[in-house]
Amino acid sequence: MLGPQATSIPAGNARAGADSVSNRPMPDLLLELFSEEIPARMQAAAADALKKLVTDALVERGLVYEGAKAFVTPRRLALAVHGLPAQQPDVHEERKGPRVGAPDAAIQGFLKAAGLASLDQATIETDPKKGSFYVARIHKHGRTTPEVIAEIVPQIVRAFPWPKSMRWGKASVHPAALRWVRPLQSILCTFGPETEEPEVVRFAIDGLESGDTTRGHRFLSSGTIRVRRLEDWMAKLEAAFVVVDRERRKDIILNDAKDLALAQGLELVEDAGLLDEIAGLVEWPVVLMGSFEEDFLDVPDEVIRATIRANQKCFVLKNPATGRLANKFVLVSNLAASDGGKAIIAGNERVIRARLSDAKFFWETDQKTNATVPLAERLERFSNVTFHEKLGSQYERIQRIAALAETLAPLVGADPALTRQAALYAKSDLRTEVVGEFPEVQGLMGRYYARLEGLPEEIAAAAEEHYKPQGPTDYVPTAPVSVAVALADKIDTLTGFWAIDEKPTGSKDPYALRRAALGVVRLVLENGLVVKLAEFVEPDLLAFFADRLKVHLREQGARHDLVDAVFALLGQDDLLLVVKRVEALGRFLSSEDGRTLLAGTKRAANILRIEEKKDGVSYEGGVDLVLLHEPEERALGEAIAHLGEPIEAALSSEDFEAAMALIASLRGPVDAFFDKVTVNVEDPALRTNRLRLLADIRTITRAIADFDRIEG
Amino acid sequence: MIDPALPPHMRPDKSFQGLILALHAFWADKGCVVLQPYDMEVGAGTFHPATTLRALGPLPWKAAYVQPSRRPKDGRYGKNPNRLQHYYQYQVILKPSPANLQELYLGSLAAIGIDLNLHDVRFVEDDWESPTLGAWGLGWECWCDGMEVSQFTYFQQVAGVECSPVAGELTYGLERLAMYVQGVENVYDLNFNGREGDEKVTYGDVFLQAEEEYSRHNFEYADTDMLFEQFRMAESAASKYLEAGWNEDRSRHLMAQPAYDQCIKASHVFNLLDARGVISVTERQSYILRVRELAKACGAAWLKTAAGGTSAA
Repeated sequence: MLGPQATSIPAGNARAGADSVSNRPMPDLLLELFSEEIPARMQAAAADALKKLVTDALVERGLVYEGAKAFVTPRRLALAVHGLPAQQPDVHEERKGPRVGAPDAAIQGFLKAAGLASLDQATIETDPKKGSFYVARIHKHGRTTPEVIAEIVPQIVRAFPWPKSMRWGKASVHPAALRWVRPLQSILCTFGPETEEPEVVRFAIDGLESGDTTRGHRFLSSGTIRVRRLEDWMAKLEAAFVVVDRERRKDIILNDAKDLALAQGLELVEDAGLLDEIAGLVEWPVVLMGSFEEDFLDVPDEVIRATIRANQKCFVLKNPATGRLANKFVLVSNLAASDGGKAIIAGNERVIRARLSDAKFFWETDQKTNATVPLAERLERFSNVTFHEKLGSQYERIQRIAALAETLAPLVGADPALTRQAALYAKSDLRTEVVGEFPEVQGLMGRYYARLEGLPEEIAAAAEEHYKPQGPTDYVPTAPVSVAVALADKIDTLTGFWAIDEKPTGSKDPYALRRAALGVVRLVLENGLVVKLAEFVEPDLLAFFADRLKVHLREQGARHDLVDAVFALLGQDDLLLVVKRVEALGRFLSSEDGRTLLAGTKRAANILRIEEKKDGVSYEGGVDLVLLHEPEERALGEAIAHLGEPIEAALSSEDFEAAMALIASLRGPVDAFFDKVTVNVEDPALRTNRLRLLADIRTITRAIADFDRIEG
Repeated sequence: MIDPALPPHMRPDKSFQGLILALHAFWADKGCVVLQPYDMEVGAGTFHPATTLRALGPLPWKAAYVQPSRRPKDGRYGKNPNRLQHYYQYQVILKPSPANLQELYLGSLAAIGIDLNLHDVRFVEDDWESPTLGAWGLGWECWCDGMEVSQFTYFQQVAGVECSPVAGELTYGLERLAMYVQGVENVYDLNFNGREGDEKVTYGDVFLQAEEEYSRHNFEYADTDMLFEQFRMAESAASKYLEAGWNEDRSRHLMAQPAYDQCIKASHVFNLLDARGVISVTERQSYILRVRELAKACGAAWLKTAAGGTSAA
């Protein structure tokens, strides 16, 4: 079924061995750490770590290489490093010492640092300025590469970054015993060019001695296998039923699974996470297909899939004609069994039948409960489920969410009574048997059960959609009832945790509050909702929303300084308006008028900052129009005076484009003012009045944004 | 390979007791002392002092035994084909863990009739932790054709004490394994004695009534006032025996096992209270913690006994 296939080693980012002078092929290193079964989830990271740790340690010791590749299977972690020099380069070092006749302490220090036994080993040099001084010429012969490997590998193995490691066997009485992810059984380490018999790099870790043997598949091969180098290792292991390359195992599984599905006229439901995990559970993947009774297809597809995936690590299949699951599954065994896999399939089918029986039982029990127990009574069962020690029971939480959802309903165009009912229903699936068994189908089950209970579609949709969006790319619901319940759910969580001072700090956000706040932000923006958040949350939490909005806008490519410039204004609790304003500001500033006005405004603000600080007063307000002599200052004063009302009108009708256009008309007068008029004049009254005029520029532009915070 | 000399009714794939006998024979042959179940109610074979206490200290130890295990919450009134509130675990402990422990384990599967050329046996990550015993270890759940048939653990810590040396622990779920080798879908249909016809006794004949009665007891009628009182009494007795057991300079302990019995008692009473649903989520944690404190104190005491590695002065 599988032929040996060479895996080429890609050239790494390391430099090629520049020091090689001969044409002899450069030697390669092969290292294999053979152990009891390594947890699947740790394998990929372990392979990366091994490669990095060994190659870094080699390069650090002057041993550059041409390429490296790591391999991992359930029972082995391996690394091949290609094109290494046979030894470290020699090091020639010259170390200047103290002058001849220097104090003894200085001489001794020099000898020690340079590694010399006496001054006889040093030479004396003379410099016209400094006179005579000692020089040590140190020649260090590079060690052979195997010597270096024998030193670094034990260190790396002892300090390997496994997420969890253990001790075992007799050696574990010693506190410093070797730790590994599971018992380490043998180490293979060879070194040599491809044209020659490689040497075994000899070392021992906790009594475990390196050698040149390994083992094949646990059941399909027996005895030890002697290995010379990478190609040999791969071929012999392949013959001993081990596919060492993880990617190739994945390819085999995926392709064989698709082929099996195709042969039945079905489609494989692909699952990258599951594929990764399975590739870490087998050394010799054999893909088989099993089936289960059609009756089980009464259970929702998602539940069948969750059952088969979580418990059995099998793939499910879809019927392309109906789009629904078929009563077949694909399993991946680690054994080419002597009966062609019949017993393995039968065994897996038995387990899956038992699991699906449970799932079907849960599904039917839930329906019976829903039919016989009224919702109010079902909800009361949440009274003794604690949501959080300080935030009361789930029951209280559900009631709070329902009340808030009802309040929010008119703002999103939803019917308040229906919204309230949807909110009460939304969490009810948490006490169902199916969700108890498979938490990942929460919400979805609510939708199924609501439909079966004949409830309005809005309620069914909200049961599933109120959990959304779950992140920056997740789907955002648009149905008004769903939106209201989703907002209420998230706002209740946030206000609750804020009230008990459980806010996210740094990287710690155990209750996923950032995600909840981003959810609110996205629900509001993407549905174009006008919600004054300040009516629902305290100022500190409002600032948290502002932070999430900033992050969100930045990720969407908005300039963070513009976001800051808008948020610097008071009373920005309407997320949608903030975004509209940021967008209008961005367009304005990309125009010639905008850029020039920004420069002028910043200049005014700079002068004011300096003068206000110097004088210790604020020049805010009170320009005396009579004192405006120069035509340019008069023009500016009048322009500002005439702009106040129309800008306010534009802003109150949320017409930011119009407000920007009005403000743009200041560009000419501001430019002309700075061209012709001197602010800091001798006459104090005149100077004060001009500074006040500058303050007016600052004030009127702040109706739009805090221009001071805008870069450029 | 199943011993070919066995008569049909004694075969491990034909009777529940035959399975137990085959495992006894296998592990006895590997040098284990074959013990009888501990005579107290426990939640798992690990609670047997032959595992919990003997895993501590430097002395070598090899034992195998069946332990009836009670999980009051898993009662299903005899209606579920897979779940029981009382079931059997087969427990093997080897200290220090031998280098060929995986091979030994696979050998035991072969001995009960699992042909390793036909069945897909896998070691799937499963880190074991017992918060009540203050114990954890790394290992696997062992799968046979997709079914979990055993747990395999290298103890790293027990009763809050680092294991030195580490012991290897194997736990076989006997009913599940028997269902597998007998090819039975419902636990109550297992052939218990290997006979056929009138002489056949099933698992249901032996245990169905007990499952019904105990489910009723565990969920509905267990006297919670009495149980709360028993928890307190067991806890205070354990502390009393622990204190009384120390010699004058506290270099040796003379009553570690009686104290540990009370710790086991407290743990089981807690499980019953939990099944009755009278312990809230927050309280739950504190009860577990109280049992763990007892377990840790018992472990510390055990280390100061002869079997715990402290020789008499």
